[in-house]
Amino acid sequence: MLLKKKNVDNLQADSILRKLSGLLLTLALTGTVQAETVFVTLEKDNALAIVDPLAGKLLKTVAVGQRPRGIAISPDNKLLYVATSDENTIKIINAETLKEVGKLPSGEDPETFALNPKGDILYVSNEDDSLVTVIDIAKKKIIKQIKVGVEPEGITVSPDNNWLISASETTNMVHWIDTKTNTIIENTLVDPRPRAASFTADSQQLWVTSEMAGSLMILDTKTKQIIKTLKFEVQGVTADKIQPVGVVIDKAGNKGYVALGPANRVAIVNAKTFAVEKVLLVGQRVWNLAFSPDQKRLYTTNGTSNDISIIDLESQTVTQSLGVGNYPWGVTVKP
Amino acid sequence: MNPLELLNMNFYYYQPMRSNNSTLQVLVVFYLFFQLVNVNLVYAKSKQIIDIAYLTQEQIAPPQLSNAEPFIKNKGIIGAELGIDDDNTTGEFTGQQFNLKKFIVPLDGNITDTFNKAISHHFQYVIVNLPATQLTQLADLPATKDLLLLDVATMDDALRNEQCRNNVLHLLPSRAMRADALAQYMMKKRWDKWFLVVGSTQEDRLFAEAIRRAAKRFGMKIIADKTWEHTFDARRTEQSDVAVFTQIDDAYDVVVVADEQGQFGEYLDYRTWNPRPVIGTQGLMATAWHKTHEQWGAIQIQNRFKEKAGRWMEEQDYAAYLATRALGEATTRTKSNDIKQLKAYILSDAFALQGYKGNPLSFRTWDGQLRQPILLAAPKSLVAVAPIEGFLHPKTELDTLGYDQPETQCKWDK
Repeated sequence: MLLKKKNVDNLQADSILRKLSGLLLTLALTGTVQAETVFVTLEKDNALAIVDPLAGKLLKTVAVGQRPRGIAISPDNKLLYVATSDENTIKIINAETLKEVGKLPSGEDPETFALNPKGDILYVSNEDDSLVTVIDIAKKKIIKQIKVGVEPEGITVSPDNNWLISASETTNMVHWIDTKTNTIIENTLVDPRPRAASFTADSQQLWVTSEMAGSLMILDTKTKQIIKTLKFEVQGVTADKIQPVGVVIDKAGNKGYVALGPANRVAIVNAKTFAVEKVLLVGQRVWNLAFSPDQKRLYTTNGTSNDISIIDLESQTVTQSLGVGNYPWGVTVKP
Repeated sequence: MNPLELLNMNFYYYQPMRSNNSTLQVLVVFYLFFQLVNVNLVYAKSKQIIDIAYLTQEQIAPPQLSNAEPFIKNKGIIGAELGIDDDNTTGEFTGQQFNLKKFIVPLDGNITDTFNKAISHHFQYVIVNLPATQLTQLADLPATKDLLLLDVATMDDALRNEQCRNNVLHLLPSRAMRADALAQYMMKKRWDKWFLVVGSTQEDRLFAEAIRRAAKRFGMKIIADKTWEHTFDARRTEQSDVAVFTQIDDAYDVVVVADEQGQFGEYLDYRTWNPRPVIGTQGLMATAWHKTHEQWGAIQIQNRFKEKAGRWMEEQDYAAYLATRALGEATTRTKSNDIKQLKAYILSDAFALQGYKGNPLSFRTWDGQLRQPILLAAPKSLVAVAPIEGFLHPKTELDTLGYDQPETQCKWDK
């Protein structure tokens, strides 16, 4: 009983301290950093959560449509694109007013999608139909549907706009699609069930995660071959729980971050040596990741614990877990 | 069109042209001819063909208790078709083509005849959806020696032990694997005392045997072990009968039922003397696939299957899907259609098949059994997935289910 009491006291003291430090941090930061907004799709709430990450607060939740998953923001930060999978569309939402301003024809069951750097073309994975749909945003028209492998999921465009990448989960391939002709130029066979793909800022490397092998593969853009395969290991977590999904690499090319799914961790990978430097405990079934605009923080969506984690990248620590709603899925940030 | 046909076509063209006596024309024709042959050779070289046979026999609907679930005639076939579709989608990028030829032997037909006449000399890979005795007969035919049979129907432990054949791979979990999955769950729930109810068919006895083995393996106690008799006594009703049947002096935590055909198992739930859960072939069931399964991308294949078949995916469909996908995966990775290479790859450590159940699936090299998680499902919800957390194994936790290497009676190399 005594012990319990002491624990409670400790906990209270702890939380007060944490709140204080959070407050201090916020005060310190608000002076130097502009406010930013984090948008999170809530798959099972049919809603969008709007978070002020510096204050560590959920500002509000707005209805967005059936089963929202993929989310992205336009390069000018004015428009949000949200895939509402069960409505077979991608909604265009004003990032200020949060009102719907339009819809894009996305093909069936859109989940993940990618914008080109200019922000005028959007590419969608249509998982059940083995297609990638190319959409002209201004005209709200489908330009082309490209046949890819079975169950395409991960999709990304290289920063130099030369390559569109589609990763098919059951075919176990990365398709290299020429963005000028919208045709597949090459296919690279990768580890089973590739999930997400991300280019380095210089477009020279493509990082691909494999959910089933628990691995990260680094591909060379020139040769389109795998130059390095990394297998993640976490002490006290069985290999089958390590299911890498989301992957992002910082602009400086120093570090990459990989969400390890039901292992409930984010791995920090040295982008030069490809060594895993640290593994951080976040929420449950962590899937998607987004940097803050200054790349000092990383936001993660934790599907089954219904929260997001905020990681301070300088100290490499999780500073906060913030409950946002049911099944947080996608995340994007507006400066 | 095959290269030979094209070659012939060119030849016929070329002859009448020659009588024309114009050298230029002859040259043009020659040029075209070589171009075509050239292109065609490249084409033929790059396209690898993998022919797969699917062999089954017509079935009649067995007697069943409930009409809630209609009898499904084509279990397995649609799974194989979906797998071939997926293989071919991948094949478009790898220059490989998969063909599936189905052989459905009529009720009064002779399976061995069909196999000898139409299959064994034309196909190296045969998906077999037949009972254990027919499967073994086919596997022992001289012509089958160098073929690979992919069994998508049997659960018999004997076929994975003393009766094993090294030209057969088993896609569905054995009875022992299912019983172990159930036992792990019961152990976790601390349902240590079991009341085993066994039906009167041979299959029921085999399932009960697997349950008894699992009880021993996991240190559980079988308090009562009774056979359910089928009689036509008008005084017996399920309400009175089950209560009397399950009224025993010793306390038990759970009723474990072995009734593979579903002739009485559904009667047990809610009618036992003491309120106890029912588990086994009815109630909470151990299965390779279930309609309630949605995790690990399973929802995608559930949707794709339903769209194609107009019904839910059954175990045999899942097994046949995996059979075609295993061949596809091996072909893609080895860039070969040679049976020796494919078989070696399928049985190697490198082989990892995505089966929508989290862990990658692979084959046990000591008995040809596909190692896989097992779903524990109630009619409308997925309750657990075995191996249950906490059951450990030095190599892979999937091998906590069924006959592990040290226990096997199979002499696979023979």
